[in-house]
Amino acid sequence: MAKKIATIPFTGTAEQEQELRATIDALREDPGCLMPIMQKAQEIYGYLPIEVQTLIAEELNIPLEKVFGVATFYAQFTMSPKGKYRISVCLGTACYVKGSGIVMEKLEEALGIESGEITQDGKFSLDDCRCVGACGLAPVVTINDDVYGRLTGSLKEVQDILAKYAD
Amino acid sequence: MKTLQELTAIKEEMRREMALRLGKEADGAKYRKHVLMCGGTGCTSSGSMKIADELENQLKAKGIDNEIFVVRTGCFGLCERGPIMIVYPEGSFYTHVKMEMIDRIVDEHLIGGKPVKEFLYDETVTEGSDDIKSLNETTFYAKQHRVALRNCGLINPENINEYIGRSGYEALHKVLTSMTPEEVIQEILDSGLRGRGGGGFPTGMKWKLARNIVPDADIKYVCCNADEGDPGAFMDRSVLEGDPHVVLEAMTIAGFAIGASQGYIYVRAEYPIAVQRLRIAIKQAREAGMLGNDIFGTGFSFDIDLRLGAGAFVCGEETALMTSIEGNRGEPRPRPPFPAEKGLYQKPTILNNVETYANVPQIILKGAKWYASMGTETAKGTKVFALGGKIKNTGLVEIPMGTTLREIIEEIGGGIPNGKKFKAAQAGGPSGGCIPAEHYDVSVDYDSLAKIGCMIGSGGLIVLDEDNCMVDIAKFFLQFTMDESCGKCTPCRIGTKRLYEILDKITSGNGELSDLDKLEELCQYIKANSLCGLGQTAPNPVLSTLRFFRDEYIAHIVDKKCPAGVCKSLLQYVIDKDKCVGCGMCAKQCPASAIERTDYIAPNHKLASFEINQTKCVKCGACMAQCRPKAIGKQ
Repeated sequence: MAKKIATIPFTGTAEQEQELRATIDALREDPGCLMPIMQKAQEIYGYLPIEVQTLIAEELNIPLEKVFGVATFYAQFTMSPKGKYRISVCLGTACYVKGSGIVMEKLEEALGIESGEITQDGKFSLDDCRCVGACGLAPVVTINDDVYGRLTGSLKEVQDILAKYAD
Repeated sequence: MKTLQELTAIKEEMRREMALRLGKEADGAKYRKHVLMCGGTGCTSSGSMKIADELENQLKAKGIDNEIFVVRTGCFGLCERGPIMIVYPEGSFYTHVKMEMIDRIVDEHLIGGKPVKEFLYDETVTEGSDDIKSLNETTFYAKQHRVALRNCGLINPENINEYIGRSGYEALHKVLTSMTPEEVIQEILDSGLRGRGGGGFPTGMKWKLARNIVPDADIKYVCCNADEGDPGAFMDRSVLEGDPHVVLEAMTIAGFAIGASQGYIYVRAEYPIAVQRLRIAIKQAREAGMLGNDIFGTGFSFDIDLRLGAGAFVCGEETALMTSIEGNRGEPRPRPPFPAEKGLYQKPTILNNVETYANVPQIILKGAKWYASMGTETAKGTKVFALGGKIKNTGLVEIPMGTTLREIIEEIGGGIPNGKKFKAAQAGGPSGGCIPAEHYDVSVDYDSLAKIGCMIGSGGLIVLDEDNCMVDIAKFFLQFTMDESCGKCTPCRIGTKRLYEILDKITSGNGELSDLDKLEELCQYIKANSLCGLGQTAPNPVLSTLRFFRDEYIAHIVDKKCPAGVCKSLLQYVIDKDKCVGCGMCAKQCPASAIERTDYIAPNHKLASFEINQTKCVKCGACMAQCRPKAIGKQ
């Protein structure tokens, strides 16, 4: 499946970069070092933005295309960070016929992002998911471990829910 | 550590301490009892490590922490009953252990000497008698024969000395000081050990090829495949979590046999406990001189590094795994050349599975004859299976090759729960097939299963009962292989997708009889033309279910019915109007507003009954779950 690429600006710190460079220096002699370096980079940054991939490619003197190729091949690598609050909209059959597609649209509108993306402040990330098994509550949205059911799909309702996560 | 004397000294000291765990009275042992707490993934997920901490705190508070020794082990196998705790020397078997049970176990058992009967595994307790059976007398364990798992659930995997206490690293010493590489290879060949990861290729043959095929090779590699990815399989994880040193020792032996000095273990990142224990084990082995330069002062040097996978099923295929270790997209490459000739970094390489390695030290110590005395004519030794699905004793078992499926399921596995009937066992995961009831007595070994179009695979064994739909199972596995196909070759990338689409068409009630021919033709084409094992075996679940359960496919296509009542599109939820009390709970729950009140009032009822509008129904089942008089059923 195609991977979403982050739309929020890269906010890596000098410390993070220093840690990544130190990792690369420690591992660069090993011919198979690319994946261990990328795994460490994802640990440092939480995801693999193109800036980080570029840094790795330049440091190892390999084409960026190769780093990107590895990042897209393995399920574990993500190029989009997850938010402090992870919103999942159930698009299973039961929720879908009850209008979870509309709930998704309203969430996208309220947050100003599309499914698979994260808000500029890194607070909310939005994804669709398969049936969560709460069809009696359809349509269902989960935010981290909280479940919201029987949503009507109004913008006001969605905004009220998001307001609970103000901190 | 440079000599056998030093190794033996540690072993003797540890043996005294660990004798309790073999049910023996130990002279001069420091502790009165050993309490073993499972630290495998299953039990840890239900909080076993916190329970162990609590136990240690209580022992300290009650002043007996110098009498009772708490050991965090690897997996005991009976994951169904986790968290598991065993008290030795008596072998008392506590299951589903909870925090609040610790108080009584400490007071009544560890201090008072009387096991708390109601917390023990039910099979070990007899009504009205004080006799308590030990763990090894239960049917789950009594029938097993543990070689690869011999230390799992017995030793602390984070302490190299406990491994040495179980004759650990003795095989390595024997090999380095008294055998030639050719003799080692011959021993493995004679033992009849075959690859336990699924392929079943003779291990000794692999080693022999890697030793001889490129005579002047300067560098060779030994790799371990710990990228266990089949849904429902966790044999390798348990070995790594419970006995990581056995893999390190075996890989070093393999390194000596083929002439390699570097090894890699490719382990999935999804196994954090296994990764951590391997890291500890490698560090301890290096410190003890069991890895590194000049092992046992023989001049032989060997070291092992870990490589973490990143979530790609195809990396369990040998060439893809090596491509991934090299730091590339884990795509397979054509064979030949085989890895024995051109493997990792184009150098001669052997790749064996975790469980295969776990057998090697025992073969060296006890001899090929001993190993070959277990199993069948063509499949020697034992095999570990992960039992799952509709079976009472979900968990890990090790049995001699050639045990019948009936014995595995009915005796060791405890049979099918809820009085349901055995329908089939799915072996080998997405690469395997199913064994139907008519072959319940089949001998479980490589060749007998191959004869009925199935395979042992890596050892996942999922039991299915009459409530499972075979077409749906085939579809489930095809969805998996379709998602995991790496996309390099067309037959696999596009073929698995088309197979999935046809299966989906059949399960949604739109199938035609000609689809069955299309399925078979496409399966043969994918098998014959795919580049690697993933694609070549992907059609197996379809072929196997078509062979044994063709009538179920036909029921879906011709009668538009799913006999097991699984495929939602072919299901109808129906309200029995005479049972319906008219409460309306179902209509309130219905996400699709498909339930409406009728005019019909059943005799003895006050309110009119409801009915389901089948065109609106989305078959979520919410109504059935809510109906208190149980008036709603599936048809």
